[in-house]
Amino acid sequence: MQLFNEEELKKVEEIKSHYPSSQAVLLPVLWMVQEKEGWISPDSMRYVGGLLDVAYEHILGVVTFYTMFNKQPRGKYHMQICTNVSCMLRGGYELYNYVSEKLGIKNNETTPDGMFTIEEVECLGSCATAPMMQVNNREYYENLDTSKMDVLLDEFKKHFTTEDTEITEKS
Amino acid sequence: MNIILKDIKDFHRIDVYESNGGYSALKKALKEMSPDDVTNEVKASNLRGRGGACFPTGLKWTFMPKNSDKPKYLCCNGDESEPGSFKDREIFERNPHQFIEGVLLACYAMGIKAAYVYIRGEYYKWINLLQTAIDDAYKKGYIGKNILGTDFSTDIYIHRGAGAYICGEESALMNSIEGKRGYPRVKPPFPAAFGLWGCPTTINNIETLANVPEIIRNGAEWFSKIGAPKHPGTLLFGVSGHVNKPGVYELPTGTPLMTIINDVCGGMLDGKEIKMVIPGGSSMPPLTKEECLKANMDNESLKEFGSSIGTAGVMVMNEDTDLLKVLIRISKFYYHESCGQCTPCREGTGWLYRVLKRIDSGKGRLSDLDLLTSVAQNIEGNTICALGDAAAWPVKWTIKKFRSEFEKKIPKENIDVPVLNKVHSLR
Repeated sequence: MQLFNEEELKKVEEIKSHYPSSQAVLLPVLWMVQEKEGWISPDSMRYVGGLLDVAYEHILGVVTFYTMFNKQPRGKYHMQICTNVSCMLRGGYELYNYVSEKLGIKNNETTPDGMFTIEEVECLGSCATAPMMQVNNREYYENLDTSKMDVLLDEFKKHFTTEDTEITEKS
Repeated sequence: MNIILKDIKDFHRIDVYESNGGYSALKKALKEMSPDDVTNEVKASNLRGRGGACFPTGLKWTFMPKNSDKPKYLCCNGDESEPGSFKDREIFERNPHQFIEGVLLACYAMGIKAAYVYIRGEYYKWINLLQTAIDDAYKKGYIGKNILGTDFSTDIYIHRGAGAYICGEESALMNSIEGKRGYPRVKPPFPAAFGLWGCPTTINNIETLANVPEIIRNGAEWFSKIGAPKHPGTLLFGVSGHVNKPGVYELPTGTPLMTIINDVCGGMLDGKEIKMVIPGGSSMPPLTKEECLKANMDNESLKEFGSSIGTAGVMVMNEDTDLLKVLIRISKFYYHESCGQCTPCREGTGWLYRVLKRIDSGKGRLSDLDLLTSVAQNIEGNTICALGDAAAWPVKWTIKKFRSEFEKKIPKENIDVPVLNKVHSLR
């Protein structure tokens, strides 16, 4: 399995120059794998192990320790809703339950069409703009309520279907 | 009084920062001061760490060995996962260069050649903002080889975390940078002797380092006169919960809590009464309404109420808040985040969570309150790192201070069940 292309391998070499040991490159490289594949499969772990000369078992231990590394494929929109205290006080659970019911999925489940995954997450450091959610480990959506959530979900759905048709048109 | 979050437009840009006196502290230090002068200045300012432990920063820097044949490292702790704490992202967004200048001064003072900024993985946006700032500083010659024409060289790298609260603990953070599971290490040896890759290492909070350039620019005496004498400077208060204007506010230490709630944050939401305030992130013991009226927000003052300033993440709860639900959520957090190394924490956090859930389901007994206190006391102090204490304190102190709230949740028929194991709570 050759996961990374030339350019990405160059990037790995560049990151390696930041650290005195190749094992320290593990987290950055796992991030690269996840950004590329959407999750970290056992095969990618073996590939990374070969690349950095780190044992597969060690990598498995690391991947399972950190919650942000996806151990299974996620939906196109991985919605991470915070329900910790500050968000809870401002309606985080209401928001989470609303989305869960609307999409018909529970924590860490994905809709059958592969569009949405929802996850109840711990504090994301956005307590003044609660309740909030993060999508795909990147974008923050803050000061949410159920009506704003409806708008967002519709937007995601629209985006999802147009992107899909674009792909079929290309192929 | 704003030392860090200055009200200047586009202050995050390097040219605006420079034209407002930015990087002048670095120039001053490289030209006029020896590394020891910088450390002594920080020591004299009485700057205390902003990560929660309030350890004197200058003193920490002196622990680094002067003559070491191994390389030395600086870790900047931007893991910021404490619920209720969201100050570091404000620094990355509004004043990244002052933080970078602080890192450079710390590296100069301790003879460090590489600094790692550990930022939680969720802060994707803020990692990119800081990376842009670092790249700009590299281009201008503030970071890299032979900084400003001297023989001082340092590199700054960002290391992205991946969602583990425990990596905010300094030794777990070092393990995470080394590419391992984020397990805290047994101390001693302390990081200054055996840190990253076994080399001398210092770990400082982002906010702590962002204070350093202003101390060098304006002198230790100036800084030590701001705010409370034993805990000088300003703090970035992250206020959340039931207030009208939640947000991050920079205020001198020792500001009365009620000033923050009423004057700075526009009062309580819908004009309701306060029930409880957590003054420094979810792991700190809470304050009752009466204590809030008297409390000043610095470490010494909060000690009187058995609490601590922590990361200055103030969570305000109004009279309608169900404290049992709050405590369940806090316990669930620590249960989830316990790394599993030490038995008291791994098992105890689960016990706390499950017993609280039992009370919530209406099957609680009066002895459960004593059981919770007992479990909390058996976690506290019996673990490698402070996560155990962080999990135990909120449970122990909330039950102690608000016991009647919890007694109300116990069904009447369970009130008179005799206490079998005679565990007495702190009441």
